[in-house]
Amino acid sequence: MSDRQHCRPVNIDELREAVAWAVGEERTLEVRGNGTKAGYGRPVECSAVLETTGLAGIDMYEPDELVMSAGAGTPLAEIEAALAEKGQMLAFEPADYGAILGGEAGRQTIGGVFAANLCGPRRIRSGAARDHLLGLQTVTGHGQIIKTGGRVVKNVTGYDLCKLLTGSMGTLAVMSHVTFKVLPAPETCGTLLLTGAARATLLGALCRAMGSAFDVSSAALLPAAAAARSTVPDVSLAGGEVAALRIEGPAPSVAYRISRLEDLLHDGEIECARLDPDGSALLWREIRDAALLDRQAPLWRISTAPTAAADIAGEREDVLFDWSGGLIWATGDERGDLRARVDATGGHATLVRASPELRSAMAPFHPQAGPLRALSRRVKNSFDPGRVLNSGRMYEGI
Amino acid sequence: MSGIAMPEPDAEAIAKRDWLIDALRGIVPGEGVISTPEELRAYECDALSTYRQVPMAVVLPETVEQVSKVLALCDRERIKVVPRGAGTSLSGGALPVTDGIVLGMGKFNRILDIDWANRCVVTQPGVTNLGITRAVEHEGFYYAPDPSSQIACTIGGNIGENSGGVHCLKYGLTTNNVLGLEMVLTNGDVIRLGGRHLDAEGYDLLGLMTGSEGLLGVVTEVTVRILQKPETLRAVLMGFPSVEAGGDCVATIIARGIIPGGLEMMDHPAINAAEDFCNAGYPRDAQALLICELDGPQAEVDHLIDTVTDIARDLGATYLKVSQSEEERLGFWAGRKNAFPAVGRISPDYICMDGTIPRSELAHVLRRMQQMSAKYGLRVANVFHAGDGNLHPLILFDANKPGELDNAEAFGADILKLCVEVGGVLTGEHGVGIEKRDLMPEMFTEDDLNQQARVKCAFDPTQILNPGKMFPKLHRCAELGRMHVHKGQMPFPELERF
Repeated sequence: MSDRQHCRPVNIDELREAVAWAVGEERTLEVRGNGTKAGYGRPVECSAVLETTGLAGIDMYEPDELVMSAGAGTPLAEIEAALAEKGQMLAFEPADYGAILGGEAGRQTIGGVFAANLCGPRRIRSGAARDHLLGLQTVTGHGQIIKTGGRVVKNVTGYDLCKLLTGSMGTLAVMSHVTFKVLPAPETCGTLLLTGAARATLLGALCRAMGSAFDVSSAALLPAAAAARSTVPDVSLAGGEVAALRIEGPAPSVAYRISRLEDLLHDGEIECARLDPDGSALLWREIRDAALLDRQAPLWRISTAPTAAADIAGEREDVLFDWSGGLIWATGDERGDLRARVDATGGHATLVRASPELRSAMAPFHPQAGPLRALSRRVKNSFDPGRVLNSGRMYEGI
Repeated sequence: MSGIAMPEPDAEAIAKRDWLIDALRGIVPGEGVISTPEELRAYECDALSTYRQVPMAVVLPETVEQVSKVLALCDRERIKVVPRGAGTSLSGGALPVTDGIVLGMGKFNRILDIDWANRCVVTQPGVTNLGITRAVEHEGFYYAPDPSSQIACTIGGNIGENSGGVHCLKYGLTTNNVLGLEMVLTNGDVIRLGGRHLDAEGYDLLGLMTGSEGLLGVVTEVTVRILQKPETLRAVLMGFPSVEAGGDCVATIIARGIIPGGLEMMDHPAINAAEDFCNAGYPRDAQALLICELDGPQAEVDHLIDTVTDIARDLGATYLKVSQSEEERLGFWAGRKNAFPAVGRISPDYICMDGTIPRSELAHVLRRMQQMSAKYGLRVANVFHAGDGNLHPLILFDANKPGELDNAEAFGADILKLCVEVGGVLTGEHGVGIEKRDLMPEMFTEDDLNQQARVKCAFDPTQILNPGKMFPKLHRCAELGRMHVHKGQMPFPELERF
């Protein structure tokens, strides 16, 4: 690493120069913020490093307008602290991939959050990073500064390149500044725990809750082994599979909705219990960061239709269901059996955490075929024809 | 036709017309190809009806295979294709070209699956926006984005324009509510993006397609999320003696952490036009009227209604009324929802603009708009999705007076430039189309626009899909693809390039 050229631009013009240099010299750039996700994606060797941490700081924050703008290298922790001071938040609740990938927690940059399209348990109600990015300044693989979007929430002027670049893992353009939507933090939150029934019954109960009018913001199911790892005693001592529903909002509304959900779901089999706001916050953070699973084993993240969850996971114990079953975190499986099942039912499986050898042998991002693969390549070409930016990180040749 | 020029028609394409119609009939048999002048006239414009052009033919395919073959044929023969849903675009997105065909998706009008357990609907693109809600409402569900044309506009068109509506502050736009697409590229490739699950495995092409105005591909199937209807809906009507006070009220509601289901504002001329039209009970003397709708569980709505009325009282509201029944709530909305026809009655013609601004700039922008109104000698009425900063100034004019349409368009362009100047954008939900095409350089640099054009080339290298829309200048894809060549060689020479 030490003999590689290392660029750390402090403004967008220096960033543009760094990319233009790489294009001219036929270098390949490893684009990174704090490097918390270095172990995420295909292992690739780049001839130089382009680090965005010099592009740091909150440029604009208008709480009344629900909007913030910051350099891509700004620490997420700094942003969350500024928001908390005004009672606001990033509603998409980005998971801590530093912690998930076995590194230090709390070190992600806001650029990394958008480049990887992170989200959390509230995804099913409030969306992912993609749904909150309003505007971007970037430098493309042509070495050109490009602006897209703006600072207002309603904007259909030109193609929505914010969506395209969110989750593109730095393979199309390097983000310099991001402008995003922020939201008021809920006044309070509560969690309804469901126990005493088999997995299929509990997953069915989550789906029923999601189909109710009670505005559930998160719905997870923890197999017994995962529940036992929780630091929340009500969860770890439950002694079986535990389903959890999060309800957020003004206090009278939360109390009302929790009791209505109890009425709806309580039957001879399912038992209900409630978690207080502190316990809730702790539990949903553990779920967000897949912290209730083995933290060393390979980790899969599967997005699927909620009703397919039971079939995909089977009787596995080393799993965690979020999004009412629409998201499955699973450990182990070095052969990719889970991905084969996802292929049969619809959705995608990402190998989030694995050794470099395994990530070389098995595509970390769900393989694409035929015309879609060709289209993705043409999109890459349109931004980065010289394959300068994070090339090969998502897919071979992209 | 007024000021906005369309690309020079391609004489070679026009010369092929008879041959082309035969070839299209070979793909879509029977009534599926329209070619007589009388029948073609029905397709000459969309809802931006000051612009009209008759296409060479209209094709109404019924299967994905037919769409694929039609596109592949047109790609090979360099025939332009304008996709069309219900033709309700307000920006000329479905305006035909005289040297091309219209690909009407109206026969793709079936809902394919309602998946209650996964809370989504799989539908063909020609189903109307309201048709989706109608299909699921008996179980208490609805489809959230509700553009005002929802009775007629199709879900395919909603994908093209990333349509919004009055509820998008809380529930998002089309792009936040669509899960999957099937689409056909101009080379005939059929591609599926997403499905019944969330987020993409690779590039978010679903997000890119949404709002691409029919320039990238033709949508043949859509999967959308449906939501359970809120338990309670209540609305508050608030009148203020100044636009500033109304604007402060909007800012304060949001600053207190309340995200209403709908938050609309009307100015004095719009209030009175609506009142003349349908007697909604609006206060005629108010300079600004707010409609704030809160939805959710009864306990939450009652709690928030009290907070909102307290805020309005503190800020000097001169009129304050909370809906006590569903009938009354709908009555509050009647004036707002009829604002366009109401303005249509007080003026022979009007054009509707669609800029978005930061909310804090509202009073400033309305004041500047009044000055422009005096300068151009044309009246303007404003309805405003206040919660998300989306303005709809209605410019009143008389098309029978020589020069007045041009004058109105110039006024409209000045308003949109002002929106950009204060940190906003040219279009919040109606799309660029032809209407705002030539204003794109107000917001974007040449590099910005060239990158967007390169994305277009990745999908449609022959540029046959919806030409003349969105981009002020057309470049050949080869010209845009040109890149720096170092020491006489390309990096990765084995890779395909357009």
